[in-house]
Amino acid sequence: MGSIMVLEKMALVGDALSHVALPGLGLGILFNFNPFLGAFAFLFASAVIIWHLGRVTKLSFETVVGALFTLALAIGILIVPKPELLEALFGDITKVALLDTVIAVVVSFAAILLTKAIYKKIVVGMISEDLAVSTGINVGRINLLYLLLVSVVVAIGIRITGTLLVGFLVIVPAAAARNVSSDLLRYSTLSAMFGAISSASGVLFSSYLTLPPGPLVVFSGITIFFATVLIKWKRK
Amino acid sequence: MADGNDHILKVSNLSVKLQNQTILDNVSFKLEKGTTLAVLGPNGAGKTMLFKALLNLVPHSGEVAWQEKVKIGYVPQDIAVKDIPISVKEFLSFRNGSNVGSSLSSVRLEDKSLLGKSLGFLSGGELRRVLIAWAIIDKPNVLLLDEPTSGVDVGSEEPIYVMLNELKKTNKITMLLITHDIHIVKEYSDYLLALNKCMTFFGESTEIKNPSLQKRIYGETVCVGMQEQVI
Repeated sequence: MGSIMVLEKMALVGDALSHVALPGLGLGILFNFNPFLGAFAFLFASAVIIWHLGRVTKLSFETVVGALFTLALAIGILIVPKPELLEALFGDITKVALLDTVIAVVVSFAAILLTKAIYKKIVVGMISEDLAVSTGINVGRINLLYLLLVSVVVAIGIRITGTLLVGFLVIVPAAAARNVSSDLLRYSTLSAMFGAISSASGVLFSSYLTLPPGPLVVFSGITIFFATVLIKWKRK
Repeated sequence: MADGNDHILKVSNLSVKLQNQTILDNVSFKLEKGTTLAVLGPNGAGKTMLFKALLNLVPHSGEVAWQEKVKIGYVPQDIAVKDIPISVKEFLSFRNGSNVGSSLSSVRLEDKSLLGKSLGFLSGGELRRVLIAWAIIDKPNVLLLDEPTSGVDVGSEEPIYVMLNELKKTNKITMLLITHDIHIVKEYSDYLLALNKCMTFFGESTEIKNPSLQKRIYGETVCVGMQEQVI
């Protein structure tokens, strides 16, 4: 999903969208149900609102998300109990139960399959919306599905990295892949690989160093990003 | 449905209004199968909007009747490929992976190294040919081309029109093309539709030589000189 967001120049939208999950996380903590479900419900509802507002007002997704995320952040900070606020903002992998992991794996797998199914249609829409529509692509529906998939991906990542840093997972691996890719297959494959390597290495370092995983995932990913910048610079 | 076997398209009283502004008003014409219609007019005349209405991409009033079983290929003027890492092969395979080679041959792009090249790194002429290859890959019987040489060097425009003309004859395609070039209208089209938010002329392209028609379209006479073209 991050690879699409970077191409759509919506990278910061992915980051801002994660903050919209905060009220949902807060409600989950307050009322003792799975915070992931709360986060996803808020992200899902926001995705639908953003899509609809974008169609009606013709404002970009970026603008609409920008308006919504500050409101969500304010509400989230008010309702999330202070002891849990840090966990919500930065994540806590020790609180991720086996069931959460299984759900995350199953949902991620489904998200990957759906993303694969709509990837080409989204790219054609980026090249030319008229071209996409003229070949029978329902651009409106595809954009909604895309936003929903972003919501799912962000909701899964929040448990480990928190709402403040989950945007990294969306943006940086894809930006790194973009530096060293000239075709879509390579770009999407490297995006996924860099994301997986950043996450895995960050979590591993976290268990050795007993530090929060979120920041370490970010450090791993940024290292990869700067390595690709160097490679791109050397090629010129 | 368009009437008669010879007319592939019939447009009656077509109007397009967007945000209470009239973009096109009361356009009517018929197009015979196998012919080329050039659409001419100043900037903002509604030429691209006409194509969008013919493709049902914008709401419109009036009637647009294509012949049954018509298959349309479309080449838009504006596309964004600079920041998208997509190769020529990937782009064309989105449409039909099995016809990539033959559609590139049809547009005279036979260098196999082009397949792996990113769209953003193609020259203007190469990109336009790849877009035409995209449009013809599913073997349409109608092609809508919005300024097919946009972004192409002046010297490289004519070969593209020669190629389109041959495609039209070989594949029996009906073409509608938007152009600003009167020479192209004269040399490569059968009929001319002149627009300036409304229809200012519809008839045979040879009429463009007429100074009074040029004045009607452009407000003044245009010099349609004889050009020697090296193809």
